[in-house]
Amino acid sequence: MAFFEMAKTAIRSFVGKPATRRYPFVPGKVTPLSRGHVTIDVASCISCGMCMKKCPSEAICVNKDEKTWTIDRLRCIVCNSCVEVCPVHCLTMDTVYSPAVTTHSGLEVFHITYVKPEKPPKADSVDENKEQA
Amino acid sequence: MSRQIVMPFGPQHPVLPEPIHLDLVLEDETGVDGMLSIGYLHGGLETLVEKRQFPEYVYIAERTCGICSFIHGMTYCQGIERVMGLEVPERAHYLRTIWSEYSRLHSHLLWLGLFADSMGFENLFMNAWKHREFVLDVMEETTGGRVIQGSCKVGGVRRDIDQETLKKMERDLKGFEKGLKEMANVFLNDDSVASRLRGVGVLSRNDAYVCGAVGPTGRGSGVPIDARMTGYAAYGELDFSPVVEQDGDCYARCAVRVNELFSSIEIIRQSIDRIPGGEIEVKVKGNPDGEYFSRSEQPRGELVHYVKGNGTKYLARSRIRTPTLTNIPPLVKMLQGCELADVPVIVLSIDPCIGCMER
Repeated sequence: MAFFEMAKTAIRSFVGKPATRRYPFVPGKVTPLSRGHVTIDVASCISCGMCMKKCPSEAICVNKDEKTWTIDRLRCIVCNSCVEVCPVHCLTMDTVYSPAVTTHSGLEVFHITYVKPEKPPKADSVDENKEQA
Repeated sequence: MSRQIVMPFGPQHPVLPEPIHLDLVLEDETGVDGMLSIGYLHGGLETLVEKRQFPEYVYIAERTCGICSFIHGMTYCQGIERVMGLEVPERAHYLRTIWSEYSRLHSHLLWLGLFADSMGFENLFMNAWKHREFVLDVMEETTGGRVIQGSCKVGGVRRDIDQETLKKMERDLKGFEKGLKEMANVFLNDDSVASRLRGVGVLSRNDAYVCGAVGPTGRGSGVPIDARMTGYAAYGELDFSPVVEQDGDCYARCAVRVNELFSSIEIIRQSIDRIPGGEIEVKVKGNPDGEYFSRSEQPRGELVHYVKGNGTKYLARSRIRTPTLTNIPPLVKMLQGCELADVPVIVLSIDPCIGCMER
């Protein structure tokens, strides 16, 4: 048994630099994998609703008729589930956390601007087939 | 004989970090008995299982606890995998082992800090949490989450760790271990810590066995109970043995956790050395039909997840038994004959996680 076992560590901590960052003067530590918040590319979303089906906290609502993608930031648990299931990869995970809010204003509505590309007319494809034959 | 009084203790109490109510039966200042009541935190997580598809329930299982969240997710996944007969790739098993052991380091360091705080050693508390920060940073770098990792899924893991990062993790462990040794020296050899903990809340080996103590509470009393020895994930292929102390007092339980830090580091090293290449997940087809009791070793003791599937995407039943519930009868035993001033230290020595127990 001994006394003052902690003294060495305590003196080193006292003299040395602080162990924590001086947040908010210094930005918080972020890694490439950090899960901050979900972002959407409205130009490529096809409104398939997979993200809505797979969301464990029911935070996402996709309205096909009104062409909107709504997320409740206060319900979202940032699990990355929607990003993984998105077939067109229009959802991405941003590494920066959403700022804190003072009112219940977590609902964010995005208007989907994706336009389905028109299929080439059938007659052309028939002609092509004929040419190939 | 002096008169017996009943003293209410908790659920909101400055030295008790968890919402548990304790009716202490005292004779002067000596504890005669303790009656514990729980039920302040019920969240209904187990009912959610009927409303969420089984692959999504992993996220909810993980949120049972904020400290050993990865192990909860992994145990649930193991249960579903057994029901569905899935063969998880070897690499996924090793990655699960690595993250489990980092969770254990995180939990033990958090507990050691709180324990130092409960005996008024603020300096040591800050020091333990400083080391914990290193573990959380590694977790974030490899999984994307500091506390809720979200890297386990039915059939394997979501993320791989590349070889370069694994080597870096192994290198960083050296400096981390050096700092831990310095901190462990204070916990194990400092006289002020020992005089606060030695002979306090003694649980004999027989009592520990009869009351069903698990985890460090059981191991501190000389019962070598450790679910990792069953060989789930990659534990069957690694060389380690449970850390056991014989005295059964608060000091022994503290010593078990301090020594387990080094045992965990050794397990991580072995896993990094032996990790095979290959796939990290298998494709899941169909729905679970059947039931399984999945066991694993949490930092606090043995964790059991019961899952029952009925052939649909929604499970019929899920039930969780956490080690805190198992460690409550031993806690009542420890409180018999203790001093009133020692009660916070004794309650904390089983590492109670009421949020985890009541969900």
